[in-house]
Amino acid sequence: MIETKKLVKRFGLKIVLRGVDFSVQPGEFVALLGPNGAGKTTFLRILASLSRPSLGEVTVANYKLPDQAAQVRAKLGVVSHLPLLYPDLTAEENLRFYARMYGIDEQEKRITEVLNMVGLEHRRKDLVSTFSRGMQQRLAIGRAVVHDPEVMLFDEPYTGLDQDASEMLDDVLRSVAAKGRTVVMTSHDLARAEDLATRFDILSRGVIVASARHEDIKNTNLLAFYKKAIES
Amino acid sequence: MKAPSPSFFKAMMAIVRKDLAAEFRSRELLSAMLVFSLLVIIIFNFALELDVKVRESVTAGVLWTTFAFAGTLGLNRSMAVEKDRGCMDGLLLAPVDRSAIYFGKAISNLAFMLVVEAIVLPVYSMLYNTNLFQPGLLLVILLGSIGYIAVGTLLAAMSVQTRTRDVMLPILLFPIAIPVLLAAVKASSGFLNGAEFSEILAPLNLLVVYDLIFIAIPLMFFEYVVEE
Repeated sequence: MIETKKLVKRFGLKIVLRGVDFSVQPGEFVALLGPNGAGKTTFLRILASLSRPSLGEVTVANYKLPDQAAQVRAKLGVVSHLPLLYPDLTAEENLRFYARMYGIDEQEKRITEVLNMVGLEHRRKDLVSTFSRGMQQRLAIGRAVVHDPEVMLFDEPYTGLDQDASEMLDDVLRSVAAKGRTVVMTSHDLARAEDLATRFDILSRGVIVASARHEDIKNTNLLAFYKKAIES
Repeated sequence: MKAPSPSFFKAMMAIVRKDLAAEFRSRELLSAMLVFSLLVIIIFNFALELDVKVRESVTAGVLWTTFAFAGTLGLNRSMAVEKDRGCMDGLLLAPVDRSAIYFGKAISNLAFMLVVEAIVLPVYSMLYNTNLFQPGLLLVILLGSIGYIAVGTLLAAMSVQTRTRDVMLPILLFPIAIPVLLAAVKASSGFLNGAEFSEILAPLNLLVVYDLIFIAIPLMFFEYVVEE
């Protein structure tokens, strides 16, 4: 579903990704972990077609990037720590705008479905500027799934959320993943990653230094696996 | 559920409707442009108070100075709204031709500029006791505004990615907009002073050509302007 081969990304003289080989099967939930500056966000932006690779091959949902970017975007939902919502529009107006941008038929039905899924149906007529950070992030997930994408990318979705909001977001993320979608999530929250993901890849200094399935690290723990990978 | 890609026109109109709805609610952009425009023409009114002849001869210049500066305010704000909350990424993630994003933003910006102009013109007419409601002049204002917004939207998309975007946009925009502003001033002045149509034709032609060029350029290059 997602594959990169020898992916390199340079910004001027600085090399951020140094030949990343990465593969995700359909339905997998991969947590991409790593320290600050490891290149996680850059990597996700390339998968999202928001940035071009300097070298290497990238395939998402069986389409090549950057040549087939429009096809990839139709199959992709992206959530970052910014909600990508308009504060002067209501929740339903935001979703309607994105539904139009994705050319969705039966928009009103889909908007109601999505608002119910993220638990914001009762706030559909309220301006996003009146929403808490947690509610905005739930609506951001609604925005990202409004076109029912096959692949979801989450870039630090828990940033700035309190405990209650994070727990609510856990439930929304589980429901997103439960529909058989392929998910890649970057996070610094190892406990949450361990709870949600089926596989853990560690990105450090621009390369994947370790990868393990959930069942493989059951007898140790994710923190030990992570530390060992980073120090190697 | 299959998500077909929307047509170019539908995506463009979705952006226009979104911008108009957001502005209708917040009125941030229009109010800033309007207050600025009214202040400029009032200041000019006092500065030129005693000399009626000078006032008549500078009408076109005062009008286009007002429109250009107010337009820059609007262009900056319109793109900043997209950038500050990451909404530009939201637009770029949609499976649409990226020039549809440009044209959506450009049409919204043009609508805001035309609204400001529609309010400024009668106020100016009253303050300066000049009839500005002449079909020829209105055509020039439309053509000039299209050219200014066409190039301004493209440059605003570039400058918004810099840290000094508020300063960067006028620095980039004014030199490139000189032809459209000069042609607009000359054509406006011609209509206001009752010049022969043959004298006005050259600046009018320049306005049309400038508009066509700066509508065509973003079709080819906007994708690269917004790319990381």
